[in-house]
Amino acid sequence: MDNLHKLTIGQAHKLLKEKKVSAVELAKVCLAHLSAVDKKVQACVTICHDLALEQAKEADKTIGKGEMQPLTGIPALIKDVICTRGIKTTCSSKILENFIPPYDATVMKKLRSAKAVILGKANMDEFAMGSSTENSAFFPTRNPWDLNRVPGGSSGGSAAAVSIDEAIYALGSDTGGSIRQPAGFCSVVGLKPTYGRVSRFGLVAFASSLDQIGPLTKDVTDCALVLNAIAGHDPLDSTSAPQPVPDFTRSLKPDIKGMRIGVPKDYFVEGMQPEVRQGIEAAIGKLQELGAVVDRDVSLPLTRYALAVYYIIAPSEASANLARYDGVKYGYSYQDTTNMWEAMEKTKQFGFGAEVKRRIMLGTYALSAGYYDAYYLKAQKVRTLIIKEFKSAFEKYDALVTPTSPTVPFKLGEKVDDPVQMYLSDVCTLPINIAGLPAISVPAGFVDGLPFGMQIIGKPFDEETILHLAYAYEQATDWHKRKPTNK
Amino acid sequence: MKLSRKEVQHIALLARLGLSEDEIEKFRHQLSDILDNFDVLEQLDTTDVPPTAQSIALQNVFRPDVPKSSCPVGEILANAPQREGDSFKVRAVLE
Repeated sequence: MDNLHKLTIGQAHKLLKEKKVSAVELAKVCLAHLSAVDKKVQACVTICHDLALEQAKEADKTIGKGEMQPLTGIPALIKDVICTRGIKTTCSSKILENFIPPYDATVMKKLRSAKAVILGKANMDEFAMGSSTENSAFFPTRNPWDLNRVPGGSSGGSAAAVSIDEAIYALGSDTGGSIRQPAGFCSVVGLKPTYGRVSRFGLVAFASSLDQIGPLTKDVTDCALVLNAIAGHDPLDSTSAPQPVPDFTRSLKPDIKGMRIGVPKDYFVEGMQPEVRQGIEAAIGKLQELGAVVDRDVSLPLTRYALAVYYIIAPSEASANLARYDGVKYGYSYQDTTNMWEAMEKTKQFGFGAEVKRRIMLGTYALSAGYYDAYYLKAQKVRTLIIKEFKSAFEKYDALVTPTSPTVPFKLGEKVDDPVQMYLSDVCTLPINIAGLPAISVPAGFVDGLPFGMQIIGKPFDEETILHLAYAYEQATDWHKRKPTNK
Repeated sequence: MKLSRKEVQHIALLARLGLSEDEIEKFRHQLSDILDNFDVLEQLDTTDVPPTAQSIALQNVFRPDVPKSSCPVGEILANAPQREGDSFKVRAVLE
């Protein structure tokens, strides 16, 4: 029973239900493993030891009463961009280093009412800006598959933790690939739901028209279970969609015969690692073998404009959202002056890290008088065209399949001084946020022991189809069963 | 296109973001490089294309105005860098 941390949600649920294990025992094993492993991986910003055990006791009571839900008593890590009442929520930023939210995000309310167990908060790129978790103001998280490499980002702590069993599952957020890219880099399953599917209330805002919360899990079944628990309309988020939420576990079927898959060649970009290309082609071959009808000759020519559109829209929205950190209401506050403007400027100067400042500058520039039309408005118009292009592709295909990233995980420090190179690592994921589509990354292979993921993209509010394809692929392959050996 | 120091300082002022001398110089180059990558959008004719603000196009979302209790004042002020009684303490706005 000392291997309980290795369980999936489905397996742990069964043991809890049959009373073979208590939620307290499960939490204790997970906390012990987490404490030991995290010294090297550094996935956690905060560990809630006592709170987790308290919540586990509550979960055991609920289980005793026969009122169990799929996530009851299951230990999770939460990306530190999601507000947790009474637990520090730092966004891995100095400016929020001591911020304790007075309320829960809607997803946290949902998890708490399901009697989930919160182990702690996961490290990330500061304010979710980055692709490697090196932009954390506290420390970089390391990739459990090779501690000298990055876990991806910005949800790098969440992905690394799940891959090495520090938590049974984790929540992340995805603005341009921040769930899927680290999921691919760490060989776990990561889903970005359709924009509006999951409430953003209590998610610290980065780019409000692109942000979504989603699960990082050990397999596709768990992914559907977590999505079931967090999805749904929320009156507190006016961009939350009033759409019915199906039971996503019902789409987990192995038979994909006749499903139409398009492979956009524009996602096999110049500079892509050849072994990753071959690996993704093999994965697509597997889907074909399983009966899917694959068209390898799909063209989405506007893909090449997505990077520019994203790096105008996301920083523009960020520059507006981050204006609130003025040192007055909460967070770090520069005190050594009597001048209001100087206090505000110095608060941001010393409170924010380099990437956050870079994006505030970029966004402020794109929104400023004289440049608004050329940058921001132009990007919003091209956004319309990109959405249209996806829409017409989905008239012919049930799903699109691409690599999650063009490479396997890179080394720490390799891209940190070259923002343009860093931005390119999200080239396959960010068009999906621009169009608001759902997409999942599933483990799809290894190059010299380093993992990569396959991305499956669906129509708006059709998470069912991508979960269906992901499940069928997972059942036919063993990639998700491999575990990092770094201890 | 290269941004001038003055332009960088102007943007920083608009954002009320303090920058060190090193940061001004670094951003001058990095922002210029990033902006160069945006020129690609000029290839597309978007004359009659409407802009998209967000992808699911909900508009004017209302909910019933039901009075309810908000966060307790004490909890909100617990995070305040400086407070006086039940108020946030701020610096003089008018000199």
